Amino acid sequence: MKIAFTSKGKDWNSEVEPRFGRADYILVYDTETESRECIDNTSIRDVEHGAGPKTAKLILDLKPNVLVTGIGPGGNASRVLDKANVEILTGYGDKPILDTCMNLIKELSDK
Amino acid sequence: MKEIVVISGKGGTGKTSITASLATLAREQVVVADCDVDAADLHLLLKPDFASSNDYYSGHSAKIDKNTCIECGACIKACHFEAINSDFVIDEISCEGCGYCEKICPANAISLVDSHVGNWYRSSTKCDNTLVHARLGIGADNSGKLVAMVKKEARQIAEKNNLDMIIIDGSPGIGCPVVSSLSGADLVVLVTEPTISGFHDLKRVYELVDSFNIKAACIINKADINVDICDQIELFLKDKGIEHLVNLPYDERFTNAMLEAKTIIEYDNGQLKALVEESWSKIKTLIK
Amino acid sequence: MKVAIASGKGGTGKTTLSSNLASYLSESEDVVLVDLDVEEPNSSLFISVEEISKKEIFKMVPSVDLDKCTFCGMCNDNCRFNAIISLDDDVLVFPDLCHSCYACADLCKSNAISMIPVRNGVLTHMRDDALSFIESRLDVGQEQSIPLIKQTLDYVDEKFSDDTIILLDSPPGTSCPVIEVTKDADYVILVTEPTPFGLHDLKIAVETMRILNKDFGVVANRYGLGNDDLIEYCRTENIPLLAKIANDKRVAELYSKGSLLYNHIPDVKQQLDLVISCIKKKKGQCS
Repeated sequence: MKIAFTSKGKDWNSEVEPRFGRADYILVYDTETESRECIDNTSIRDVEHGAGPKTAKLILDLKPNVLVTGIGPGGNASRVLDKANVEILTGYGDKPILDTCMNLIKELSDK
Repeated sequence: MKEIVVISGKGGTGKTSITASLATLAREQVVVADCDVDAADLHLLLKPDFASSNDYYSGHSAKIDKNTCIECGACIKACHFEAINSDFVIDEISCEGCGYCEKICPANAISLVDSHVGNWYRSSTKCDNTLVHARLGIGADNSGKLVAMVKKEARQIAEKNNLDMIIIDGSPGIGCPVVSSLSGADLVVLVTEPTISGFHDLKRVYELVDSFNIKAACIINKADINVDICDQIELFLKDKGIEHLVNLPYDERFTNAMLEAKTIIEYDNGQLKALVEESWSKIKTLIK
Repeated sequence: MKVAIASGKGGTGKTTLSSNLASYLSESEDVVLVDLDVEEPNSSLFISVEEISKKEIFKMVPSVDLDKCTFCGMCNDNCRFNAIISLDDDVLVFPDLCHSCYACADLCKSNAISMIPVRNGVLTHMRDDALSFIESRLDVGQEQSIPLIKQTLDYVDEKFSDDTIILLDSPPGTSCPVIEVTKDADYVILVTEPTPFGLHDLKIAVETMRILNKDFGVVANRYGLGNDDLIEYCRTENIPLLAKIANDKRVAELYSKGSLLYNHIPDVKQQLDLVISCIKKKKGQCS
């Protein structure tokens, strides 16, 4: 299972970026391979409009099972994300990614 | 971290003066962000020192290299914004930066350059807090990106200094910059006035706030100029579950304070100051 | 003759001036009032005349024929506004992000994209005797004012002769939509108030008018409030100060009810006369 996080920073000590579209980084954890990936989305800073769908497309390409974010994707971004089979968890803004990730894995595997 | 965004829908209701007053009361406990980038006025009251200035680039503008241009006219034909004249000069104001001309130029004579459309600043204010503010240049596309940048910078400063509150002077209207101001807000403070226009715009902007599901509170400014409409607004607030903070009377002391580059908190020692302090008190309770 | 009424700062009295001017002028001649503050058009709160017609306004956006599409992604790469996103098996269009540049449609190698109209607002044409009133309103959720402003101006050019005085009520500020309204105006009136905020924002508006090379003048609203810095500024910058509408709580009260001012307050009528005489002089110079 792959879990993606909108992140404020490149490393796993970072906190969840509350905004979806303008997240600087996307961190992905793969439970099967236990590998971690960091995708640099800082080019989004140059985007005036349409940050949501653009970031959503990036997520789509990563094919995660779960996406963890703060506020949640807006209308435009959601249209893109609906194309993927990804469970979107909101309300995690400013939370530490590492802890959140570990807790989630536990929760999801307990299910 | 809690974000309080002050918006109004309609211009001229006193949004900026009130934001400045709240910033003066909160002092070093908050970071202040002026997201009214098209007509930034907060600095006139908070007296920032413009400690750091940064260029802001947004969008692009196409430029034709006259030396390489073969004047075939393909660009003029392609441009849907009539931005290229018969002398093959591109009007920066009309150019939308779509890049169509650049793609189809057979001589590769067109390039897209970043548009320097404004500046953003980080300052210390006279009320001991940090202000992040910006100025958008003339004719720029106020997309919300600069607003997003100002807010992000304010958040970073708050985090670094272990502060847990940001007060944002939001943009007027209901377009992108307002949406950008509202994104991530914990509380929206709506500043309105009891006029037909004020009430009309309050309802329109509340539609937007409601769609974001953000807790809202309201200050009715110049409340005594029309008691009828003031009552109607109060009913509206009750009906929508918007916390009614306070009614401020129409009082020229607000302007007199502005003339001395002061907020009402610094200028007044009576009822007006007390009313604003009361709203601040209520705001702090609402965002706990 | 097109006269745009603009301001740097919001809330200085643009709509108050344009609606009062329009109504007063219409007592003696044909006049057209166009409310181009499309995000928050307010003039209809002050001017209520009979509706003649309503017209939906559209902007052109791409529509993709998925049968012809090869999902090559070129449209996605060509679009600088992220308005068209190409996926493995679908192409999504975001009309509110589209700037209608046609690059995606024109450059599609499979001819799979055509541009289609999508509604983004509504234009209402109202009229009462000599006063014609056009209001354009952006649909909530639509982000772009400019296509609506452009099409409204085209409609006005089509329906009215340039011999008539056409008042354009602008959006506040100095960003793109304001430029769109003022750039083809024959004259611009900047409305401000004599306070530090008003003067600060006026200076930005003045800079804008100079860049656009517009002929312009200033009207001071709430005159008496604040200080004389505004008067001094206009004097040193050689900017005509056309009129000063006095600061008066009665004005605020009338305005609050949606009432016009000039028929209740003689001073306002006098100040409007000054503005009208300036407009007519300019009109004489234009024709």
